[in-house]
Amino acid sequence: MTQALTTLTVRVPSTGVAIIEISGEVTRDSDAALKDAYERVDPHARAIVLSFQDLDYMNSSGIGLLVTLLVRAQRARQRILACGLTAHYREIFELTRLDEVISIHDSEAAALAAAA
Amino acid sequence: MNTQPDERAAGPWAAPVDRLAMTDDHINVSGRRPTAPMNGFGRMWQKTYRTALGAVTPQQAITVLKEHFPELWPAGNRFFAPLAGIAPGEVAALDLTMPGGLKLSTGVLVLYADDESFTLMTPEGHMFAGWITFSAFAEDGQTWAQAQVLMRASDPLYELGMTFGGHRQEDRHWVHTLTSLAAQFGVDGEVTVETVCVDRRRQWGRARNIWHNAGIRSGLHMAGAPVRLVRGRR
Repeated sequence: MTQALTTLTVRVPSTGVAIIEISGEVTRDSDAALKDAYERVDPHARAIVLSFQDLDYMNSSGIGLLVTLLVRAQRARQRILACGLTAHYREIFELTRLDEVISIHDSEAAALAAAA
Repeated sequence: MNTQPDERAAGPWAAPVDRLAMTDDHINVSGRRPTAPMNGFGRMWQKTYRTALGAVTPQQAITVLKEHFPELWPAGNRFFAPLAGIAPGEVAALDLTMPGGLKLSTGVLVLYADDESFTLMTPEGHMFAGWITFSAFAEDGQTWAQAQVLMRASDPLYELGMTFGGHRQEDRHWVHTLTSLAAQFGVDGEVTVETVCVDRRRQWGRARNIWHNAGIRSGLHMAGAPVRLVRGRR
């Protein structure tokens, strides 16, 4: 497997909410990194914000990884929110209908307010 | 909102589309919404088919797969390649042979396509809601071709069909396609199949997807053919 060019940082801004900052590329090679980041989130968190502020690139395999992450979160009764998407990736979320299950916000602050 | 330029990403993706449009009269395609795995009814599956291709580049592998895609399918199933080929935003019609001889007509949207991969997204009425991504990559000193399906059966009838033979039929389909691709490079490829149930739950709120079921609609269309023929002669 090729080394992933993804960096994922998990932060806990408040009780019950986690932020996963996604930097670099999200492709098929990001699978392990995404799973690892999700494992680092408190299983009792009620909401997870995916921050795409530093996303460089995401292909269709990367979108597939987000779907599997979403399913894991839904099983744990956790909401998934997203922020920091470019206009282009907002369109991709609409095209792939991810926007119907992941609420999209302009900023991290807006996402955190919605998650509260 | 992040407004950084994103030129590399813009090319391979289809432009936003709410409903598919085709210029010919292939049934069950025009007017249908593209569907994601979340929009289906049945259990969510991730199925990965993989074969070694030897000493070709991933780009060569995907070029051949795109150009010969219809020929690589098993007999009895047809992929009507778009005039522009497998390119982002193009829509292709499909005719698939079902048990009992029924011809199921549906289509796919080319969601994403670059030099090393492409992804097809299914419309409402297709057997499954989801995506299938074909990719090629170098690993362990050779190039591999992979097809990965992420899907839920679209409605309860399809879920029943997938459970009782549909998954096996789909496995045979993609094993045949990858074996045929390997043969294009003179390789006698063995295809591995990995199946993972991503979500065991069924989404009963999506049971109404059966309204769009392309199998039922194709059957009704076939049954109505004599009537259309008589009307056409008047």
